[in-house]
Amino acid sequence: MNLNFSFLSKYWPMFLRGAGTTLVLSLFTVVLGLILGIFLALMRLGKFKPLSLLSAAYTEFIRGTPLMVQIFFIFYALPQIGVKIPNISGLGFDFPRFASGILAMGLNSGAYVGEIVRAGIQAVDKGQTEAARSLGMTSWQTMRRVVLPQAFKNILPALGNEFVTVIKESSIVTVIGITELMFNTSQVYSSSYRYFESLIVCALIYFVMTFTTSRLLGVLEGRMKRSAR
Amino acid sequence: MPAEHDIILTVQDLKMHFGKLEVLKGVNTVIRKGEVIVVIGASGAGKSTFLRCLNRLETPTGGEILFEGQSVVHAKGKALNELRERMGMVFQQFNLFSNLTVLDNITLAPVIVKGAPKEQAEQEAMQLLGRVNLQDKARAFPSQLSGGQRQRIAIVRALAMHPDVMLFDEPTSALDPEMVGEVLDVMQQLAADGMTMVVVSHEMGFARKVANRILFMENGVIAEDGAPEEIFEHPKSDRLREFLGKVLH
Repeated sequence: MNLNFSFLSKYWPMFLRGAGTTLVLSLFTVVLGLILGIFLALMRLGKFKPLSLLSAAYTEFIRGTPLMVQIFFIFYALPQIGVKIPNISGLGFDFPRFASGILAMGLNSGAYVGEIVRAGIQAVDKGQTEAARSLGMTSWQTMRRVVLPQAFKNILPALGNEFVTVIKESSIVTVIGITELMFNTSQVYSSSYRYFESLIVCALIYFVMTFTTSRLLGVLEGRMKRSAR
Repeated sequence: MPAEHDIILTVQDLKMHFGKLEVLKGVNTVIRKGEVIVVIGASGAGKSTFLRCLNRLETPTGGEILFEGQSVVHAKGKALNELRERMGMVFQQFNLFSNLTVLDNITLAPVIVKGAPKEQAEQEAMQLLGRVNLQDKARAFPSQLSGGQRQRIAIVRALAMHPDVMLFDEPTSALDPEMVGEVLDVMQQLAADGMTMVVVSHEMGFARKVANRILFMENGVIAEDGAPEEIFEHPKSDRLREFLGKVLH
């Protein structure tokens, strides 16, 4: 076995740029997923039945189909019927491609986050809501000031896991040619023929990103635990 | 006898069932300004459900509740929230908002419901905290306090809305015995200040000393209604005698 990492001196910017793209992609996905997830959870727990059913159906459907199919659907199938993400020129990258990836990942992650948020809200003691309502607060005030902050603390660990999952799963958008870490790694090994070394470097970078994320969230969690309860 | 306009709450033929289980089978009473009413009775008699119907934490399945002439049973949305503002409630499990400090627990509703300026709400909160000797806990979180301290703060939180009536749902039942006194003292002080109170409680000593009316509930109705002396010294029914025999040893 003769491993040779000297190719890195030429290719390291590829890895770095790929990692940067992966991070940006994951960040947007997580934000989109979180917003969607909160909406899905509120719809699901709300009193209005049609919205509740819609949320449940969406969640089941997204969780019951492969992410790859969803990505292809957004990137290839929707434009075929005329639903296109407009290009924004002058950005220096292929905006529709990138946006499709984020959209697909976000729509997917939202379904999982929705279930996490729902469980978090349901875990908040009913007495908290009763106390708030007995003071004359509206249901939305109660949700925003009392229930959601407590739910957020409940779900932080599960949410952290979801963030880590998104970073790893984002490698799948390589199939629609987004130049993130996985895609660039494949570029590197197909021109350098250093498969083993390239993939080791790629895996290490993913690990550093996921490990850092989970540590940071761990710190945040600890801080919240100390402040309340 | 107090005049008609002294009546704050009128309860007419109040009924409530959870599925097949009939918890309230037609409760009738009036509550007047300044009255301190203690509701007693065995568990399952409907005491808590009755209390929780008064501010619509439970929606009755029949009958009517009038708050100064206004229907509580049929109130919706904003009107219901405004009615609730005027009825403070204290819970068995305290239910302080665990994500907020003591001070924020007290000021939250005055600020976001009544639109009180934050500084003014905080000043008043500190004043109220002074009355229960807990000013030094203003910045603490509920989890850092004892049960007795939490319940006193829960009372202050309700008072900060300037309610016309205070409802207490077994306020000392979840407390360690040594903390019961500090909470009852606050309630007694409140009664002495003229607050209208409806208290569901098993504290017979408090009922005898502080209440000016006792409601004995049995099987979903008010079985006896009278001054403490009548209820405790001259119970009319066997059921009440039996109940008192069990709780006053």
